Amino acid sequence: MTDSSQELIDAIEQANSPERLVASVQALAATRQTAGISTLIAVLGYNNPTAAVAAVEGLIQIGEAAVQPLLEQLDDYNYGARAYAIRALAAIASPRALDALVAAATDFAPSVRRAAAKGLGNLHWHELSQEQIPSAQLLALSTLLSISQDPDWAIRYAAVVGLQGLATQLEVRQPIQKRLEEMTQDPDIAVRARVQLANQLVISH
Amino acid sequence: MAIANLHHEDLSLRYYAAWWLGKFRVNEPAAVEALIAALEDEADRTELGGYPLRRNAARALGKLGDRRAVPGLIRCLECSDFYVREAAAQSLGMLGDLSCVPALMKLLDGGVAAAMRVPGRPHLEQPSEAVMEALGTLQATQATALIQPFLEHPVARVQYAAARAMYQLTKEPVYGERLVQALQESDLQLRRVILSDLGAIGYLPAAEAIASAATENSFKLIALKGLLEQVQTGASSVDPQDPRSLSRDAIRVMTLMDALL
Repeated sequence: MTDSSQELIDAIEQANSPERLVASVQALAATRQTAGISTLIAVLGYNNPTAAVAAVEGLIQIGEAAVQPLLEQLDDYNYGARAYAIRALAAIASPRALDALVAAATDFAPSVRRAAAKGLGNLHWHELSQEQIPSAQLLALSTLLSISQDPDWAIRYAAVVGLQGLATQLEVRQPIQKRLEEMTQDPDIAVRARVQLANQLVISH
Repeated sequence: MAIANLHHEDLSLRYYAAWWLGKFRVNEPAAVEALIAALEDEADRTELGGYPLRRNAARALGKLGDRRAVPGLIRCLECSDFYVREAAAQSLGMLGDLSCVPALMKLLDGGVAAAMRVPGRPHLEQPSEAVMEALGTLQATQATALIQPFLEHPVARVQYAAARAMYQLTKEPVYGERLVQALQESDLQLRRVILSDLGAIGYLPAAEAIASAATENSFKLIALKGLLEQVQTGASSVDPQDPRSLSRDAIRVMTLMDALL
């Protein structure tokens, strides 16, 4: 750990105003030091959206090294923090987060479900071994198909975004096209519009 | 069961039943009739003289979409209980029956000077915000001149309710821009209200400002959904030959929404 990261971590822990907290989090995030990971994850639970967004951004920049700590420190008691963590995992896109995303897709909190739905479609599948890929993709597919029937329009919208991402994988493309075709009849005009966009992108891909 | 409970001797059960019928949109004729009757209830009173059952019945009737409720709701605009008047105004806005417009306009009589805070209560003399919102939704352009002075009301949220209605009545961008500016308000609760206003009027130029507003993503998504709906309902005539075509505006809004998931 460099001295400067420790100073920045101390600054976050001692921040006595929201402005100072945000500034300290931004400074620590900008270092992209792995020493800051744990503190950045803790910030997700501080109930300060600006600081949390900066921490998510920092964790995404750190990337792969942040995945395991994010998985270990998923906050079971704070859905706000959980949503930010799932958003970070979704953006880093390591397939090691697959099980966590599948679990998050049925979280009681809609913000967590939306982030998970988007993430499930965009994992870096090539980081898995050839033998692992088919079952991993099927798990992501079945999860997305299931939440594409959620009563909440925003979850269905997010499921479409996830399905569109997953459709780049040829093995699962056919069931996705079938489901997107069904979803052109969605009761919600916003969901129908997103299905239309997904259909255009999937077909032209 | 809930319909029968509207006549139950236990007042709390009546109150709950009225809420329940609206919540689950039980628009059977018997439910609507029982709720209309409940608008005249005298049994359920608060210490301050309020009518809890009437409030819930008025709210429920807005959700059930049966215009037979309109005359009863218009009478509620004269009720002594502020919250009954407010609920009735909101429901009349939802029901879309223009016969209530003169009665709604009457509540704005006296203009800004008459619409002041009631000392010791958390509300104005009249439910001015709900009334303006209803008049805007009903496209009651004859109320425009009456609403305009409320843009200068001392209470910020009343100003914004006026801006929202003025945009609906005139489609002048200046009123939409006023709401966009209001997203900089320091009060989170107020920013959430502004987001829902922008979504309700579908003010497309606000898309980027909505996406970057300092509120939770759920509120921004709902507001952007309102914009997207506006684009999509307006766009059906753009290219009837190609049902798959999406406008650039629609794609722009969806790109912003995707980033908020």
